[in-house]
Amino acid sequence: MGVQESSNFPVIRTVGLQGLLVTFADKLSEPSNRAALAFQGALEQRLMTGVIETSTSLASVFVRFDPSELSHDVLREQLQGLLADRDWYAAPLPEGRRFWRVPTVYGTDLAPQLAEAADAAGMTEAQAIDSLGSARVRVLTIGFAASQPYLGTLGEEWDLPRQTELTPMVPQGALVQAIRQFVLFTAPAPTGWRHVGQTGMRLFRPEMEHPFALRAGDELIFEPVARADFLRLREGDPLNGGASVSEIAS
Amino acid sequence: MSGLKVLSAGPLMSVQDMGRPGLLERGISQGGAADVLALAEGAGLLSQGAGLAALEMGGIGGTFEAVGTLRIALTGAPMTATLDGVALTWNASHLVEAGQKLVIGAARRGVYGYLHLGGGIDTDRFLGSRAAHLTGGIGQAVTEGDLLPAGQDAQRETGLGLEVEDRFSGGALRIVKSFQSSLFADDVLARFGDTQFNRGVRANRMGVEMVSDGEGFSAAGQLNILSEVIVPGDVQMTGDGKPFVLLRECQTTGGYPRIGTVLPCDLARVAQSGNGAALQFEWVSLEDGLAIQAKHDAFVKSLPGQCQPLIRDPLDMADLLSYQLVGGAVSANADPFESGENT
Repeated sequence: MGVQESSNFPVIRTVGLQGLLVTFADKLSEPSNRAALAFQGALEQRLMTGVIETSTSLASVFVRFDPSELSHDVLREQLQGLLADRDWYAAPLPEGRRFWRVPTVYGTDLAPQLAEAADAAGMTEAQAIDSLGSARVRVLTIGFAASQPYLGTLGEEWDLPRQTELTPMVPQGALVQAIRQFVLFTAPAPTGWRHVGQTGMRLFRPEMEHPFALRAGDELIFEPVARADFLRLREGDPLNGGASVSEIAS
Repeated sequence: MSGLKVLSAGPLMSVQDMGRPGLLERGISQGGAADVLALAEGAGLLSQGAGLAALEMGGIGGTFEAVGTLRIALTGAPMTATLDGVALTWNASHLVEAGQKLVIGAARRGVYGYLHLGGGIDTDRFLGSRAAHLTGGIGQAVTEGDLLPAGQDAQRETGLGLEVEDRFSGGALRIVKSFQSSLFADDVLARFGDTQFNRGVRANRMGVEMVSDGEGFSAAGQLNILSEVIVPGDVQMTGDGKPFVLLRECQTTGGYPRIGTVLPCDLARVAQSGNGAALQFEWVSLEDGLAIQAKHDAFVKSLPGQCQPLIRDPLDMADLLSYQLVGGAVSANADPFESGENT
């Protein structure tokens, strides 16, 4: 399978003409996600002229830069130096994290792919709701759309592949599942993941002073509620659909 | 205050600028004009900064009424345009008097046409930009009844034109290998470069589908790859191995593998290719890609100097006597950025 499996991690690779990517693992794991978050934090402290922005994904840090101001070679050297600085896989999680309890309808017409996902995981629907509804997951990264979290890590039984065909549209607040993760959708969008739950969370609020609801490192539980209760909660709280939030002591 | 009142609007009309760099970490791609070269052309024609906002019109324009006197420029996909019934030259700047009616019709080639105002469109900024990012939930489409306010216009010159190379009819897209290219077998990479594609019907500001005969372009372990960062120009293979070229308003991460990344300077060609246009991908090395892009960047910087007074046939000039034919003539070679007289 080429570079991804044969190289020793961490590895630095190009992203188009104007990016370098530092990857800590080719599979999702707790240490590689911590490494990515910590490495990005350190990099932000010592940005070189020509760097436009940095971002993390599940196990990688992306650096976007202007090659007319900063050459590939010079940036690569800096990244290699920083990698050698310490054991990034042993880094702690960021501070100021929060814990969210999010009322969620599993299945029904509001989340029509629960049955299909349960079947693929070798469970009944009730078992699937128990399993997904009790998993405390962490925001591994924000991406795809504004303020949209990738959440994990779910158990091995939820290591389901994406669908081959895209689902044309899931609504705002949709909880979708694949490859031991959830994604909670910010806005209506097509997806290759299965729509197993529905929440009333609105993650991006451009009209508010703090438009972004979640941060990398926040933790969430998607607690099962009945369809009728969910509709009531969403009507009473159009922003969070009845979700509660508290600080995680560090 | 001057500006344009929107009397009617096509369905894909929005205010755009260079977008919002720096928000990838928040899940927001840079966005901005689908064809940023058209933004630079408009800025050159109006002798103003390329960071100002313009109106992007997808497929079809609209009808506008001038509030106050203002300068405009028309760039991007050539569309039919008239001012009080008189045809306007595309890729040119024009003076519009208060109360005049500007009608912009369908694109004759390409997809996105741009209407620029002297001083730029001065709507409110959000997170540093005036650009609508509709898939990201930022801003709104421009619709009937809206007013497009013009910013302070420090310049006066109009009647400049620009020769523009065709980027509206498909052609070659230079592409470099990227961090996931090695997930594709060598023969798949080679076949990708040898294949004749046509622009598919699924196309918007996020990305453009490429269709071809024969089998798709799949990677090993395609459905179980970790979601990773996406950049504009990435060519993503969906589950069935169909390529999508992602544009500036693309998602920021995704799990479908990317076979490579189209050079930024060729993205306007992707966005502007009409339905069915023939396109091919041409693999280039990173080194060559950087050189091609640097040459393009230098070309964009030279655009203001390439804008020349439009040559008009006096017989077409019904208002000939209102022209000041001698005094205040400008040199065709004058560079407004050099002389400083317009600042």
